[in-house]
Amino acid sequence: MFTREGWVSSVMSPFAQTGQCVLFMFRMLAGTRLSIQLLRNTLQQVYLIGARSLVIIMICGFFVGMVLALQAINALEQFGASDQVSLLVGKSLFRELGPVLTALLFAGRAGTSIAAEIGLMKTTSQIDAMELMAIDPVQRIALPRFLAGVISVPVLAGMFNAMAILGAVIFSIGVMDLDTGIFWSKLQHGVNFGQDYMGGVWKSLVFGCLVSLIAVFCGSTAKPTGAGVGTATTNTVVLSSVLILIFDFIMTSFLI
Amino acid sequence: MRANYKVEVASGLFIALGVAALIWLATEATNYGQDMGEDIYIINARFTNVGDLKDRAPVKIGGVSIGLVKSVTLDPVSFEAIVEMQIDQRISQLPADTSAAILTSGVLGDRYVSLEPGGDSTLLVDGDQLFITQSAVVLEQLIGKYLLNPANSDEE
Repeated sequence: MFTREGWVSSVMSPFAQTGQCVLFMFRMLAGTRLSIQLLRNTLQQVYLIGARSLVIIMICGFFVGMVLALQAINALEQFGASDQVSLLVGKSLFRELGPVLTALLFAGRAGTSIAAEIGLMKTTSQIDAMELMAIDPVQRIALPRFLAGVISVPVLAGMFNAMAILGAVIFSIGVMDLDTGIFWSKLQHGVNFGQDYMGGVWKSLVFGCLVSLIAVFCGSTAKPTGAGVGTATTNTVVLSSVLILIFDFIMTSFLI
Repeated sequence: MRANYKVEVASGLFIALGVAALIWLATEATNYGQDMGEDIYIINARFTNVGDLKDRAPVKIGGVSIGLVKSVTLDPVSFEAIVEMQIDQRISQLPADTSAAILTSGVLGDRYVSLEPGGDSTLLVDGDQLFITQSAVVLEQLIGKYLLNPANSDEE
């Protein structure tokens, strides 16, 4: 309907893309058949996109924790409140930085590789070959990657937060000589399990769905050319980053 | 098959590691599991003004935390605030004439409930009410009194 060139198609194309994406998700999830094969494929993808992202997530988390502690101590020292550093670090990590930064890193590290892999499979006619063999490529290729992303992001966010807390501990206790007991007791009394912690877990679950859906969708709809694969990879990063931040605001306004 | 098996073990380990990190964070870095558990009893106190006392605020005797504020509600008839407190069962020897006051930790810190044991030989039991209470001091009211009460300044 909107395929003709001109302003109508350029205005409508984002909506058409969104619709396509949602339909793709329904098609993918509705056709799910639980089987050992699916579990195997998903686990393999968890290894490829989740476990292999672990190192970058942990390094980033560690330094984010350190820099948060550094900035917080600098700012709080002016009020003589540098004892509160762990509270500030913990709350901002669990609520915002952990889920959001993990999802952004995941989009860059794993989302791109998913999109490029599927796009290249399309370019080299592997997807067509599968269809000829009566294997549904959406079920065989897209679904395990989607599920693996949904599983991996919350797990990675947990590792990110743990490393960030560790970084903050090392910086504020090791370097700035704050008191260990005060650090942990402020954390344990100030950070609310229901709101701060579980809110972050919900967020990372949603971000996991978002990033992996966009990655498999962009890969599956890539033009079967070299440039098409490049565009799909770029679109994955751009769309995931923007949508992560938009959904972050929406979810935060509901969770608070 | 063997290569695949390794991958499965690796991804299983990855998930286990991540879940362990999540559990460690939940228990060590949040207030999870700090509810008092089963070994508690509940006492109530009525205040005319609780200030900004919140749920989960500590209940202390002599500065040592012995319980939590469970809820703060308003009596619809007498318009007094009812503060429900969970007290650790180990502190079960509180006299019946124990008094409660709402204090502030530091100048601008959080509110907490301070209990002052009396000398009665009968003890408080689950569900009892404290009768001697001292309301929160609201800073604005205090300032307002000094500023707007001319009798005060005349005396000085």
